[in-house]
Amino acid sequence: MTYIRSQFRHPGLPKNDLGYTTKEYEGAISTLCAGCGHDSISGSIIQACFEMSIAPHRIAKLSGIGCSSKTPTYFLGHSHGFNSVHGRMPSVATGANMANRDLLYMGVSGDGDSASIGMGQFVHVIRRNLNMVYIVMNNGCYGLTKGQDSATADAGSKSKKGVANPFQPIDMAGLALELGASFVAQSFSGDKEQLIPLIKAAIDHPGFAFINVISPCVTFNNNPGSTKSYDYVREHVEATATVDFVPLKKEITTSYQKGTGTDIKMHDGSYIHLEKLADDLDPYDRLSAMNALQNARNKNEILTGLLYINPESTDLHHTIQTSDRPLNTLGQEELCPGSGVLEGINGELR
Amino acid sequence: MHQDKVNDFVVRFANVNGTGSASANYLFAKAVFRMGIPVTPKNIFPSNIQGLPTWYDVRVSEKGYLGRREGVDFMVSVNPQSMPDDVRSVKEGGYFLYDSTKKLHPELIREDVNYIGIPLMEICNREFTDPRQRQLFKNIVYVGALAQLLGIEFSVLETLLAEQFNGKEKLIAPNIKALKLGAQYILDNYNYPIDLKLERRDLIGDKIMIDGNAACGLGAVYGGATVVAWYPITPSTSVVEAFEGYAKKMRIDKETGKHNYAIVQAEDELAAIGMVIGANWNGARSFTATSGPGLSLMNEFLGLAYFAEIPTVLIDVQRTGPSTGMPTRTQQSDILLAAYASHGDTKQVLLFPSDPKECFEMTADAFDLAELLQTPIIMMTDLDLGMNDHLSEPFVWDDKRKYNRGKVLNAQQLEEIPHFGRYLDVDGDGITYRTIPGTHPTKGSFFTRGTSRDEFAAYTEDGDVYARNMDRLLKKWDTAKDTVPGPYLYQKENKSPYGVLFFGTSTYSAEEAMDLMSQGNVSFDAMRIKAFPFNKTVEDFINTHEKVFVIEQNRDAQLRTLLVNELDASPQKLIRVLNYNGMPITADNIITQISKSLSPAKKLIYHQ
Repeated sequence: MTYIRSQFRHPGLPKNDLGYTTKEYEGAISTLCAGCGHDSISGSIIQACFEMSIAPHRIAKLSGIGCSSKTPTYFLGHSHGFNSVHGRMPSVATGANMANRDLLYMGVSGDGDSASIGMGQFVHVIRRNLNMVYIVMNNGCYGLTKGQDSATADAGSKSKKGVANPFQPIDMAGLALELGASFVAQSFSGDKEQLIPLIKAAIDHPGFAFINVISPCVTFNNNPGSTKSYDYVREHVEATATVDFVPLKKEITTSYQKGTGTDIKMHDGSYIHLEKLADDLDPYDRLSAMNALQNARNKNEILTGLLYINPESTDLHHTIQTSDRPLNTLGQEELCPGSGVLEGINGELR
Repeated sequence: MHQDKVNDFVVRFANVNGTGSASANYLFAKAVFRMGIPVTPKNIFPSNIQGLPTWYDVRVSEKGYLGRREGVDFMVSVNPQSMPDDVRSVKEGGYFLYDSTKKLHPELIREDVNYIGIPLMEICNREFTDPRQRQLFKNIVYVGALAQLLGIEFSVLETLLAEQFNGKEKLIAPNIKALKLGAQYILDNYNYPIDLKLERRDLIGDKIMIDGNAACGLGAVYGGATVVAWYPITPSTSVVEAFEGYAKKMRIDKETGKHNYAIVQAEDELAAIGMVIGANWNGARSFTATSGPGLSLMNEFLGLAYFAEIPTVLIDVQRTGPSTGMPTRTQQSDILLAAYASHGDTKQVLLFPSDPKECFEMTADAFDLAELLQTPIIMMTDLDLGMNDHLSEPFVWDDKRKYNRGKVLNAQQLEEIPHFGRYLDVDGDGITYRTIPGTHPTKGSFFTRGTSRDEFAAYTEDGDVYARNMDRLLKKWDTAKDTVPGPYLYQKENKSPYGVLFFGTSTYSAEEAMDLMSQGNVSFDAMRIKAFPFNKTVEDFINTHEKVFVIEQNRDAQLRTLLVNELDASPQKLIRVLNYNGMPITADNIITQISKSLSPAKKLIYHQ
């Protein structure tokens, strides 16, 4: 990547409802390898947040350790960020979310971070249906330690050294479906047209929204024989539909003709428009999504798009009945019962 | 010449785990308490839910000695499994109460012990029809017998039962009946009272009886904790259960019925502490409770919280290690692990409560300290303190007290300052200003990370910048020395060349040992440590004594190591007084070890 970025921005850059341009959503200059798929995903996150007019300071971006987990530095510079420890981002996000239910939690992780060391936390954050966006930048290898196979590398896929991976892969999207995730999507870092609306829909989803993004590692896993190289992914990607996310307030201005696609109504009246939806996929039906994913895998295809959504999803706060007000805004008067109550307690202990 | 022992003896109940004995035994201990006599119950239980031996020791002490004491004056034996051991552990001239439905094996008969046989099973089978009641009331029958033998006021027991079954009144009558059956059996068959006697006193004052874990849970409610994440582990589990119990009563929003708290049972201890760190980072007061094995797992995150400077409250209810150790026995053996938790150069703030009142206060204070110092605060309690009931001064809360949230900038303050640097030491005390996510649209955001960074939270690999930050953390550590609670000194000025130093649950027995030794010809000065880092008073105490006996409950003298390491204290003058068999330390044990050290002649004889 270039290390010098011009501070100049075209005065006519489009502004969103908050009066911000994309500049307010950018971060520091990326230090990842030139051509890294992760940088494209960062770009999509910036674009999605900009287009949805989310105030950057109302977003908390969290990550674990690895190339993918470095990316939060490179987007949303006005948001608080938390680069935690390897594989433990879900727990930090859970605590943060419990403290303040009103922020948007944007979690970024990688295949090493989520499918290996952090598998336990990944599994359990899904179980709890924590309200967050969880993006896995999945390149099938460990980049920062120079290209070892990860747990999502396909069996037989060849690393840069030419050695075929002898182990079965963990399918992150399939796993999320199995575990009951309320929103599961899959995409490709090189397909911004699909990824941006998926991120927007994930942001709007009031529960755990998982997007597994195949994101080729240009340095260590972009060789012939790898099933996560740019060439392989482009040849084998199979979209379930073209995706558009339509926020509630823009409904009137969109011009889809009736009957040309599937509209998925979101909790707030927004909807996801899926054009040319694959015949064998019903995104309301988990079983159909699992079947479609498995069928695609048998055909060596990488199925992308919105695979499953539960539009009636609630979240962990609903499950454990926490106050509507963020817990971090409660004052001492609401939290501390005071000396009178304590006297009563002392009395019961005598 | 035999003398009556009034209000000074140990009763041990030998039961089978899971037979409902706990509440009957508690009834006995609470009755002694209600008669105004100092009492210490200790539950010695197996790592098992049902079927294994469990003991409940009740020490009655007119002098107010609250530590454990060896030697059983009165054994209530209702567990055939442990009977041979239980017979052996009775002191000469002591008593052995057993279920005489089945005849005692001749091998269990000792000439020097008084046997009191009561056909508990026979009585209960005759008097009760419900199988569960037949089992449960055996326990109440022996309490009734004890009341008659030792002189417990019957009205005290009746009141306690009425309180216990408030709302389930129909259970009161059969319980009273069982008590009376026991008492009547003694009236009909034995001479009473015996030479162990309970006599009403007024020695309790306004003291309360509660376990340390419940006190910690209550302290967390008062301290303003809203997010609790935890993973079940003995002996810490009841901390969170107590928090939840109190929160359900005191933290429900009146209008919506929703909770002004969130409790998440995590998938493991790693996740539990991660959640706590995430919540504190986001401006909520949050804590977890665990024990040794959990603390081991939490080390990675404790290093992050230390280095990234995130307030964190952790309650470590220590048990016997290493590894799984003895999960239901006590120890003070996590000191070094906690003090230097995590890789790299780390130092963690520790608090050492010694009774339930301090469990309450220190837990509430821990949230202030964590936010003041922006670092983990680890409460070092233990199984003995956490899971046993203790006589304690009542809890106190000053309504004028305000939570101290430390250096947190709000939106207006961010507007007013020229520039914000998360790790910029503006005040020179090593403590920097932080912001909570979502505070200001364009100012105050920063990236929290476990990697090295500069004063403005930007990643750096510049060694000088890294070292500058590490040095600032040391400066903060110096600030902490006078922020954490200082030690308690038992004397205004030194009066002896010998000092005794202790902390936590060694306090009861250490105080008793001091009292007993003061009747001899050697006097001691004493100090109780309440926190780490140690301040100047601790240093001075060691420097101004020839010998300092460091009393602790672990094998390797871990606090002593910490004193040597952190204060450059001379190892020669710090004498180890240790106990690590999983049972709370006794005064006798302390006196024996100190005496040996002070009179080498005796030590020689001992070694022959």
